[in-house]
Amino acid sequence: MSDETGMEQKVTLVTLVDNRPGVLNRIASLFRRRNFNIDSLTVGRTHRQHVSRMTIVVDARLANVNIIAANLRKLVNVIEVRVVSDEPHVSRDLALIKVRTDDPESRNMVTEICERYPGRIVDMGVKVAIVEVTAHEEQVEAMIEEFRPIGIVEMVRTGVVAMGRGIRIQDTQYEPPQMRAGTRDNGVQQNIL
Amino acid sequence: MQLTGSEILMECLLREGVDVMFGYPGGAILPTYDAMTKYPQIHHVLVRHEQGASHMADGYARATGRVGVAIATSGPGATNLVTGMATAMMDSSPIVCITGQVPRAAIGSDAFQETDVTGVSLPVTKHNFLVMDVDELAWTVREAFHIARSGRPGPVLIDIPKDVQIAITEFVYPEGEIVLPGYQPRTTANEDELDAAGRLINEAERPIILAGHGILMSGATDELLHLVERSGVPVALTLLGKGALPENHPLSLGMMGMHGTATSNHSIQEADLLIALGMRFDDRVTGNLATYSQHSRKIHVDIDPSEINKNVPVDVGIAGDLRTVITQLLPRIERQQRVDWLARIRDWQEDDDERDILHHDTGDRLLGAQVINDLWLHTGGDAITVTDVGQHQMLEAQYYPHQRPSTLITSGGLGTMGFGFPAAIGAKFGLPHEEVWAIVGDGGFQMTMCELATAVQEKTNVNIAILNNAFLGMVRQWQEFFYEERYHATPMFNPDFCLFADAYGVPNMRVTRREQVEESVAFARSVQGPVLIEYVIEKEDIVYPMVPAGADLHAMIRRPKPGERESA
Ligand SMILES: Cc1ncc(C[n+]2csc(CCOP(=O)(O)OP(=O)(O)O)c2C)c(N)n1
Repeated sequence: MSDETGMEQKVTLVTLVDNRPGVLNRIASLFRRRNFNIDSLTVGRTHRQHVSRMTIVVDARLANVNIIAANLRKLVNVIEVRVVSDEPHVSRDLALIKVRTDDPESRNMVTEICERYPGRIVDMGVKVAIVEVTAHEEQVEAMIEEFRPIGIVEMVRTGVVAMGRGIRIQDTQYEPPQMRAGTRDNGVQQNIL
Repeated sequence: MQLTGSEILMECLLREGVDVMFGYPGGAILPTYDAMTKYPQIHHVLVRHEQGASHMADGYARATGRVGVAIATSGPGATNLVTGMATAMMDSSPIVCITGQVPRAAIGSDAFQETDVTGVSLPVTKHNFLVMDVDELAWTVREAFHIARSGRPGPVLIDIPKDVQIAITEFVYPEGEIVLPGYQPRTTANEDELDAAGRLINEAERPIILAGHGILMSGATDELLHLVERSGVPVALTLLGKGALPENHPLSLGMMGMHGTATSNHSIQEADLLIALGMRFDDRVTGNLATYSQHSRKIHVDIDPSEINKNVPVDVGIAGDLRTVITQLLPRIERQQRVDWLARIRDWQEDDDERDILHHDTGDRLLGAQVINDLWLHTGGDAITVTDVGQHQMLEAQYYPHQRPSTLITSGGLGTMGFGFPAAIGAKFGLPHEEVWAIVGDGGFQMTMCELATAVQEKTNVNIAILNNAFLGMVRQWQEFFYEERYHATPMFNPDFCLFADAYGVPNMRVTRREQVEESVAFARSVQGPVLIEYVIEKEDIVYPMVPAGADLHAMIRRPKPGERESA
């Protein structure tokens, strides 16, 4: 975590990939095989049905980013790779933090922290509350640190997603090859084993 | 036309120009084996172990530049291909492996002979496919061949569930352009890169070209020759680069690296410019990276951008096809003689000559170096040689100069013992009119010698030269140098190789004296079909020079000159 070492040089890569089974495995396998360390990796859909988008954060001290990008580009299912942290960009991390709120003091503290951060209480129970925060990674981390003394009982983070600012558009016209319609076989099974 | 998945596969293979495939049947691939009977244009070679099939496909591919095809059943059949895929991956050899898979509905259920083959092969293939819909099969086969042979070539696997092989669909061959947006290898260099490279070459005083496999794969041997003759820059070759420049060319310095010529290694260490063309600075050619060619600027041209700056930081890195880039570069290169640099190199070469075992009196022992030298002599230096891995491989690299491209086939990157003999069979299928020699050690041959039956069944005219030192020779050499001669697990009990050949009805000969080598070549040439020759060589011989693993490239262990005492 950056607040512990203060030395990290985080680099964010955004890749467009084929939205197909096994692609995440190919990327994970590449990072493991080449001994590149991943700080965080997120995958999600885009506005195009066939294209998914990954945001990968790595520590540039541990690996040459250009080599990582070149290796990603070698994967057939990776359509495009960009080092977005080299350009003006927006990046966001989301966390769900379950904190202790079993006395008035903790409840007050949690409410007060949420006012100072882009966080909000999404579930309030007698013993615990769930806080949702969506912000720049460092802000999320700062908020988490404030909750620690109160008592975090459960937490999840999505990892960073990022996008270049303005007209730095990362998109593809990609459509997979036209499969002939109407003839999809329905899985014939005759004494096959 | 209504066809089954298996028939579609065969139709697509035909259109890719496949004329032979190497394989072994089993339950999950049987529909395809049955479909083969309708396609006699594609000859199927029945191997004795699927590893053999993968190496044969590889040997075929390296000999011809075309894609080699191996086919196997699911589970154990597929896992037996893995060594062959890893070998092809490391040496950028274009092969397509086709495997049967359990029916779609059974995938993930630990069905009989189910293995997650796309998972297992992921790190050792350039790409792989699991075909879950018969309507995707034809495209998949096209993409697989395209990916295997283009850019930096490599192995591609297609895993086809049994019910997809059986499924029937309307077949129309997809003629359209292959759209793979994530796969567009860059081929040409830009002007800035070329200007920078040209300037460095023209200004250098002690330049050296490091020519690798990429020259051969891109068909750039003529372009390299022009570059060399115009620039006057001497050339060191990688193991897989042998044949990139005719080795009798005055500017050829021979192989570089661990068992390369001392001349090449000294030249690299003293150079002021390295021009690396289609090679990847493997640890076996660089030795200790911290002291590697410290005083030189570096130009690196390779089709694979991820190789540039991977092991050695360079001043000018160009991702592109060698033939295109050298052609672009040529007009920028000034004619030069480089008299002083070549004189310095000549001194090293004279020293190498003096230390050469062939110039020493070695009594009546039969040495591996003599066998290879004499094979070279009596085959006119023009055979296709396919080696296994070990001392004999390095001796071939040192004593069998190649004049033509792609006439040495050897497992460099992975160093796969057991590769040589099956790869030679595959090479012979690709080049039926060439003289093909498998040069193997007694250890490696025993890893895949079951393929002798394949060669007999197919009447493959391949000559097997076993250099029998009754040791895992290369490992014994390491034990002698680095483990105080504790020869543990390296002395070999061997079968009588001639009796073994007899058992298959294969003509054979045992050579124990140097004079017999010539006769053995004549004998091999007189036999149609496979022939086995066992050369009983000195047991405890050493391949010099040697750069110990991780040592500085110039810190070679040298063979003493005559009259000099052994020093290590
Ligand atoms: C599959 C495999 N296993 C182990 C090795 C390690 N290895 C490299 S060379 C060698 C010895 C080869 O002996 P042999 O085939 O007799 O050839 P020689 O060195 O004697 O010429 C061994 C065991 C290897 N390269 N490949």
